Amino acid sequence: MTATLLLDLFPIALLGALLGMDVVTFPQAMISRPIVAATVAGSFMGNPGGGMIMGVVLELLALGMLPFGASRYPEWGSASVVGGATYAVHAANLPGALAVSLLAALVTALVSGWSMVKLRRLNAAHATRRRDDLEAGSPSAVIGNQLFGLTADLVRGGLVTFLALLLFRPVVDLLLARWTTDAAYSRGVVVAIVAAVSAGAIWKIFHTVNHARLYLLAGLATGAAILIIR
Amino acid sequence: MTAPQPPAASLPLGIWIRIYLRLFAVQGAWNYETLIGNGIAFCMEPALRMLPGGTKSQRYTEALGRHARYFNAHPYLAGIAVGALARAELDGVPPALIERFRTALGGPLGSVGDRLVWASWLPLCSLVALAAFGFGARPGVIIAIFLGLYNAGHLWMRAWGLRTGFERGLRVADSLGHPVLRQGPQYVGSAAALLAGIAIPLAVGRIVMEGRTLAGEAIIGAIVGGALLARFGERVDGWRIALVALAVFVLYSVIPK
Repeated sequence: MTATLLLDLFPIALLGALLGMDVVTFPQAMISRPIVAATVAGSFMGNPGGGMIMGVVLELLALGMLPFGASRYPEWGSASVVGGATYAVHAANLPGALAVSLLAALVTALVSGWSMVKLRRLNAAHATRRRDDLEAGSPSAVIGNQLFGLTADLVRGGLVTFLALLLFRPVVDLLLARWTTDAAYSRGVVVAIVAAVSAGAIWKIFHTVNHARLYLLAGLATGAAILIIR
Repeated sequence: MTAPQPPAASLPLGIWIRIYLRLFAVQGAWNYETLIGNGIAFCMEPALRMLPGGTKSQRYTEALGRHARYFNAHPYLAGIAVGALARAELDGVPPALIERFRTALGGPLGSVGDRLVWASWLPLCSLVALAAFGFGARPGVIIAIFLGLYNAGHLWMRAWGLRTGFERGLRVADSLGHPVLRQGPQYVGSAAALLAGIAIPLAVGRIVMEGRTLAGEAIIGAIVGGALLARFGERVDGWRIALVALAVFVLYSVIPK
């Protein structure tokens, strides 16, 4: 039972490790963005459509978080894998699946963001230990630091994903078994929350653009018109 | 500060490719002490092997040690620094001048890249993907659109930066006036603002799917909430508010009534 569970989680944890790396260390091609990572995780669980729904929801939340240099931000790569995989498994006809899976993803993003801060301190400690070699221009010290950081980040992302999946699997089952809110409203509330956050984020990012208000309103009018016509 | 005129030369293709590939891991050892300093040295190392005497020379080790120190830049524009600094080392520019150049270069490369990439290009590409989702595109198509569009800009920036940095050497600061870097955020921001208005309602509509009434309620809730967050949410990250609101909703939904 335990061995089966570990074998089940291993591929997803590996995916979380690789996509977690993409956030900062390698290759920053944005395969870690929720709309990609959660969809791929959903595909791993046999439900890419479910993964994509979670990816879109997380992408709306991630719009406002700009990964500026030393600032602290949630780590969306591993979190999206956790959210996408969890929702892909529970998506079919469970009214609270979106809300509970999203909560799992956000908690993971919080913890994973914290783990990145710890990793950066670990990298600093490692570089400090090799300071004399670095000052002397040792190529092995430079390359060694780089490999240490990359490996540590891979392990970090994998561990975060693995532990989150291990923890949330029973918690999600428990919460969904006790869920009482109607399916349509459960989904509507989640979507309203994330859409509100994304709308606020868009305004914060782009309000300095010339005529931003006009562009936003024109876009909203177009979007609303398309929704009504369809 | 008078910069020496760099001779017309370019990196051999093999070395250029090695540096270009290493640039994807420039933040591999990112830390709070030296930021991407170690990564800059890591990326420059193949070029420094071209110094007279190669890896056994004092100039090689001194240069490597110099560039492993503190440095900050946006990762996609780090190629500009790597190219320009490699050129300076190969041209035999005095170390003191290289140090001053390093100090002057870091800040602009960080702020220009942050504005153009993180605050403009990335949100625009996300919104394009969200719009594609809203229009009913399939998962594979959405991923292809997002990754294709985003990485067209990403890969170009890294390549352009490395080539421009090496070509211009210590005169590379002029290149930061490139129209894409200077006016790009304004144009991309305008497009993103317009697209946001289209993409968010469409994406919301497709997720809800349960009928126009509820989609309308969700959109109205989103507009009101978004307006409040835009007005009062400056100091709190939106996703943290979402986390708290969601936790309360989940708690409410599992408590027996």
